[in-house]
Amino acid sequence: MVQYSRTGFDASFAALSDATRRGVLEQLGRADASITDLAEKFHMTLTGMKKHVGVLEQAGLVTTEKVGRVRTCKLGLRRLDEEAAWIKRYRQLWGARFDELDKVVEELKRKEKVDGRKERE
Amino acid sequence: MKNGTTVERKSERELVTTRTFNGPARIVFEAWTKPELFKRWWAPKSMGMSLLSCEMDVRVGGKYRLEFGDDAMAFFGTYLEVTPPSRLVWTNEEGGEGGPVTTVTFEEKGGKTLLVMHELYPSKEALDAAGTGAADAMVETFAQLDELLVTLGASVGRS
Repeated sequence: MVQYSRTGFDASFAALSDATRRGVLEQLGRADASITDLAEKFHMTLTGMKKHVGVLEQAGLVTTEKVGRVRTCKLGLRRLDEEAAWIKRYRQLWGARFDELDKVVEELKRKEKVDGRKERE
Repeated sequence: MKNGTTVERKSERELVTTRTFNGPARIVFEAWTKPELFKRWWAPKSMGMSLLSCEMDVRVGGKYRLEFGDDAMAFFGTYLEVTPPSRLVWTNEEGGEGGPVTTVTFEEKGGKTLLVMHELYPSKEALDAAGTGAADAMVETFAQLDELLVTLGASVGRS
């Protein structure tokens, strides 16, 4: 079984599983907005909207920037695509290294067993 | 069956990679700290990589240097912490100021070892740049690796 990075897939799916968050993405697709704007638009408390934006941010779907006292949200899709591609390659590189390392570990384990037997003899 | 490798950008400055190995920590640690073992896995043949040289003075303040074939590319840095068989910390200096500090921990449980590799960059920009730079520099190599992984993926999927 191939195990994928939890971050990419799970976080994105979790983020997109909620109607409000999908609405927020749609909204940000039209224009950047502050958390206050979004809370008003979706008839939510500031705290509630902060949580939603936090989930979207965690998944890399939204980026936020605080200027003064206002936190502005914008779509982070492009960045996510680029980063996901890079992380995928990085994981492939280390995955290939670790598969080779498995072989070294197996060999050392076998050697240890043989040496252990010799010592007991 | 191969164990899965996960990579996660933990924060703007951190990249965390995890992998479990079917062996005790002392063995996995040995494979990271003995040059003759390290070079067998760090430059996988499947990646078309070959190491020209691999020097590792594994002690606090000791240096390491890994040199590659054709374009004489080198990776080098200094060990900051060496705690067998559980922890290794080193700097990555080939990229100048922007290089990360790498911490690898080896945690043994029931004869298996959970390896966590944590890379902390000096800034978000440095990590972003490392990603872009690495992507540019290794596109070709990775294209080969992609092919291999497709093949591997197909066979893994069947098992």
